[in-house]
Amino acid sequence: MPMRSENSSRLALTEDWQHGGFGLYIHWPFCAAKCPYCDFNSHVSRQIDQDRWARAYLSEIERVGALTKGRVLNTVFFGGGTPSLMSPDTVHAILDRVRRVWPMANDPEITLEANPGSVDTANFEAYAQAGVNRVSMGIQALNDTDLRRLGRIHSVADARAAFDIARKQFDRVSFDLIYARQDQSLSAWEAELRAALSMAVDHLSLYQLTVENGTAFGDRFLAGGLRGLPDDDLSADMYQLTQDVCGEHDMFAYEVSNHARAGAESRHNRIYWQYGDYAGIGPGAHGRLTINGQKLATVGWSMPDKWISTAERGDGTKDSTALSALDQAQEYLLLGLRISEGIDLDRLTTFGRTYVDDNKIDELVSLGMVTRRGNRLAATSRGRLVLNAVIEELMPLE
Amino acid sequence: MRSTGDFEPLDIRQILQFVHQHIAHRRGSRPVAQRQQHGLYRVFRPHQQGRDRPVIIVVDPTAQALTPRCGLCPDPEGHALNPPHHPRLPCNFPRHVAFLSVVCAARPAKPPAATYRATLTVAAFRIISARMTKLSHIRNFSIVAHIDHGKSTLADRLIQSTNTVSAREMKEQLLDAMDIERERGITIKANTVRIEYKAEDGETYILNLIDTPGHVDFAYEVSRSMRAVEGSLLVVDATQGVEAQTLANVYTAIDADHEIVPVLNKIDLPAAEPERICEQIEDVIGIDASDACLISAKTGIGIPSVLEAIVKRLPPPHEGDPDKPLKAMLVDSKYDPYLGVVVIVRVIDGVLKKGQRIKMMRTGGTYDIDRIGVYRPAMQEVKELGPGEIGYITAQIKQVRDTRVGDTITTEKKGCETALPGFKPSIPVVFCGLFPVDAADFEDMRDAIEKLALNDASFTSEMETSAALGFGFRCGFLGLLHLEVIRDRLEREYNIDLITTAPSVIYRIYMRDGSEIELHNPADMPDPSTIDHIEEPRIKATILVPDEYLGDVLKLCQDRRGIQLDLTYAGSRAMVVYDLPLNEVVFDFYDRLKSVTKGYASFDYQMLGYREDNLVKMQILVNDEPVDALSTMVHRDRAEMRGRAMCEKLKDLIPRHMFKIPIQAAIGGKVIARETLAALRKDVTAKCYGGDATRKKKLLEKQKAGKKKMRQFGKVDIPQEAFISALKMDG
Ligand SMILES: Nc1nc2c(ncn2[C@@H]2O[C@H](COP(=O)(O)OP(=O)(O)OP(=O)(O)O)[C@@H](O)[C@H]2O)c(=O)[nH]1
Ligand SMILES: C[S@@+](CC[C@H](N)C(=O)[O-])C[C@H]1O[C@@H](n2cnc3c(N)ncnc32)[C@H](O)[C@@H]1O
Ligand code: SF4
Ligand SMILES: [Mg+2]
Repeated sequence: MPMRSENSSRLALTEDWQHGGFGLYIHWPFCAAKCPYCDFNSHVSRQIDQDRWARAYLSEIERVGALTKGRVLNTVFFGGGTPSLMSPDTVHAILDRVRRVWPMANDPEITLEANPGSVDTANFEAYAQAGVNRVSMGIQALNDTDLRRLGRIHSVADARAAFDIARKQFDRVSFDLIYARQDQSLSAWEAELRAALSMAVDHLSLYQLTVENGTAFGDRFLAGGLRGLPDDDLSADMYQLTQDVCGEHDMFAYEVSNHARAGAESRHNRIYWQYGDYAGIGPGAHGRLTINGQKLATVGWSMPDKWISTAERGDGTKDSTALSALDQAQEYLLLGLRISEGIDLDRLTTFGRTYVDDNKIDELVSLGMVTRRGNRLAATSRGRLVLNAVIEELMPLE
Repeated sequence: MRSTGDFEPLDIRQILQFVHQHIAHRRGSRPVAQRQQHGLYRVFRPHQQGRDRPVIIVVDPTAQALTPRCGLCPDPEGHALNPPHHPRLPCNFPRHVAFLSVVCAARPAKPPAATYRATLTVAAFRIISARMTKLSHIRNFSIVAHIDHGKSTLADRLIQSTNTVSAREMKEQLLDAMDIERERGITIKANTVRIEYKAEDGETYILNLIDTPGHVDFAYEVSRSMRAVEGSLLVVDATQGVEAQTLANVYTAIDADHEIVPVLNKIDLPAAEPERICEQIEDVIGIDASDACLISAKTGIGIPSVLEAIVKRLPPPHEGDPDKPLKAMLVDSKYDPYLGVVVIVRVIDGVLKKGQRIKMMRTGGTYDIDRIGVYRPAMQEVKELGPGEIGYITAQIKQVRDTRVGDTITTEKKGCETALPGFKPSIPVVFCGLFPVDAADFEDMRDAIEKLALNDASFTSEMETSAALGFGFRCGFLGLLHLEVIRDRLEREYNIDLITTAPSVIYRIYMRDGSEIELHNPADMPDPSTIDHIEEPRIKATILVPDEYLGDVLKLCQDRRGIQLDLTYAGSRAMVVYDLPLNEVVFDFYDRLKSVTKGYASFDYQMLGYREDNLVKMQILVNDEPVDALSTMVHRDRAEMRGRAMCEKLKDLIPRHMFKIPIQAAIGGKVIARETLAALRKDVTAKCYGGDATRKKKLLEKQKAGKKKMRQFGKVDIPQEAFISALKMDG
């Protein structure tokens, strides 16, 4: 039906997801050791048949490619787990196939999450050759005691060495720190942050430690352990300090926990926050794909064995659900208010009907929690600190 | 308990004369004569504590054969019984006569002139006298104890050791079937179970046990259960000893004319001190504990001795007559979603049968019985229930409200003439408003309240409207636990989120113009200038406490405006009696008592009456807006203290908002206490990427839905539980 396809392609141009672009997320579910705070879908496995995994990824890429034919791919993100444990051949094969399946943007951003171990860094050069052009490294702390307490298997020296190698291989390098740790004082954090800024290139992710249920930390916390975590007041002060110090270095928070020089933001992550489309491939990987005008939420089987065997049989998807207008409005609000430009209230209404109560907005504006400029609603720095409460106020229900 | 000793010797001639004049004419009397092997009569009158009805016992345990001779007749030879009746005596009931004749079978020619002391109990008498009847193989009893002393666990063991349920179906506190009971580990509703026990004497007995609740709020359940049975197992925790509820239960049991078997439980625990506790039982309660059963309901030690004691020491039912018109006691009724109203009955006379058309004597309702059964503990249908038996019936009764506990059930036609005395109705003492969080739930709530009221006669409700809370109900409860139970059930079983307003007792307001108001709700308090004076309900509280905590208990009572009435010692424990305002007790007195005495004190109370005091209405303002649902009546002298305590509590109970919130207590516009709830500082998710959206969204949705459980007052969300919790005082 040629007529029809012309129509739908014109429609596609104005489709909602295009506000955010299109990215691909590849999840590698293995790590050398499981960190006690981590609730990502990560597993420690003695033997990994890299070839078999590569084949599974390739076939999933084909499958998803068929659903999203002709879309221009802006970004690829290898996340984990520890993708820096993928063999360069696997990464290579994947990226080759990606380029075959989707037309790529001129300057695609291809990120790989790396851990600062020697095994990991050994592959950097080959990753770069395969097309990876950005690395996000999990350094987590710049003092060895805290690294141990976080259960990390590398030292600060390891991390610095790995970071130097990465800088040589890749144009863009970012790293992650976890702060608001046990027994961390405001001044200790400030010193560490300043040290980090002196290392950083143009991007930093600074996460306050979250004690997640179901992790080793979570269990310890519930059992009354894990003492010395900062209270709300101290962690609020730490957050504020982080904003101030990073601001001095022109590394503003373009998202709650992500700081970058202008233009150096992670484009892939911005797709999430701008509520664009992304395909998720790999165990437990989530995707949001607009197909035939409907936004689907997809998720793969989490257990690596289950995922790979189902992927080999043709589809690793555990669940694919069409999101209602309300779901989409909720997700857009939840994600969009995290970034500095906030959300587009008009776009919010295009999901269905008007969802956000103007009185609520006015109330939050008067409390100094949000700003409203025309159709844009964004959280202020005060609002960011209590963003959950702000979102909760605005979140449409039913 | 009237067990050994203290029997007044009586002359046989006096007895026979007495029998002739009084007892033989009354149903349920049991005069007989006993001859010992030596040919002597023994005649006893057991000492009866404070009761004016003498029971005369003349027993002949050696009588073997049934000979048709009357034992009531003053004729020393006895006379041949030739029913229908003896010309002079109304002994024309076959059953009655049967046992009488046993007794007079071996009667000697001449009664001896001498009188003797003896040691038989009413129970022993009844057992012997009822030997020839079916009744002799029935024992009806309640299990009573202070809270947590192990009643339900003992019931478990009795059920289990008689193989009433299979091992697979057995679970702890089997009878506590309601979710709330299982969760809190307490019994709320009394439960009846019929078990069969093959005793050491080779006979099989039917035991109907009633497991009762221990909490003081449900004392009414205990007393009415006792009315349906003849004996009680008094369970006493051998590590804790006699507690306030133990005493209260003994008094109720004595009132109900019960035979009491003391059972010392938890002897498996190292801290158990059975000898000391036995002494204590004798000292404090004044009943013989020398033959108390020593058991562990948990491990099963001593359970056989309890079963034997039930058979040997508890009396069989008072003899009833299956041929007389039906007379049954309505013990309890509950609503079953499948069967409708299920009525628990105790048959006195006559026989309950399927298809019978019955009449409730007090309410006048008539119904056709469609099911008859017994609890084992699952419902099991039986053909009929005869005198002395306990079971259930269903009869297409629509609402529990149509039944009244204590009512007499008889047949519509040829029914019995006199009704049973009935029970005093239970009266609610604590009131509060219940409102749906979501106004749209009001209709559902009305249905739910009706259904619960169907099941629970001691719970009252009437419609109420409030400016801030909309439509709801003003409800009355037996106590705070009862309130919590009903609220929990509404929320859980009927899925309605509720706001509970500050509980209140009933105040009597005497107006200047001479009129009088019963105030159930502080929000309805008239303008103080129109009031002459206010009276509040007072109670008599009995507290048992080990010496070392006495000071703390006295301080607590004093702080709660108590007036000491009595202080006595029983061993190393003090028994303190206080006159206290009910409103100082209903909310958290019991919790406080437990905490200041590390759980070693126990508590029981009775209503005393109303007394005038200097009472005022205290308002609470949250973010400068008065919250009516938090208004309470307080004593003027304690208002500042209570106001401060409430403001502090609310500061903890109300979640932080994005702005700071002043919380104030005021009397008639004058602020007497103030707190400020600081603004929320930090609440943000550190990491949120593509995959997290789903999870984080659910989390926020849940939180927001959780907020729905709060009610907005102005701009402030107040959680439902705040209204009760705010009243609980920590000091
Ligand atoms: N060690 C020990 N624990 C016991 C024994 N009997 C009961 N318990 C425990 O005591 C607690 C209270 O037992 P219940 O049988 O629920 O007490 P109850 O008297 O029915 O309590 P209420 O119905 O709330 O008045 C439970 O935790 C039982 O497991 C016993 O013989 N030994
Ligand atoms: C998907 S993880 C994996 C990255 C990589 N495997 C590593 O550990 O270095 C990405 C980042 O999330 C952050 N993170 C993980 N768990 C966290 C937690 N419980 N609290 C705060 N940050 C956390 C860490 O900074 C981590 O680098
Ligand atoms: S934090 Fe990184 S390395 Fe540690 S378990 Fe999680 S994914 Fe693996
Ligand atoms: Mg119980």
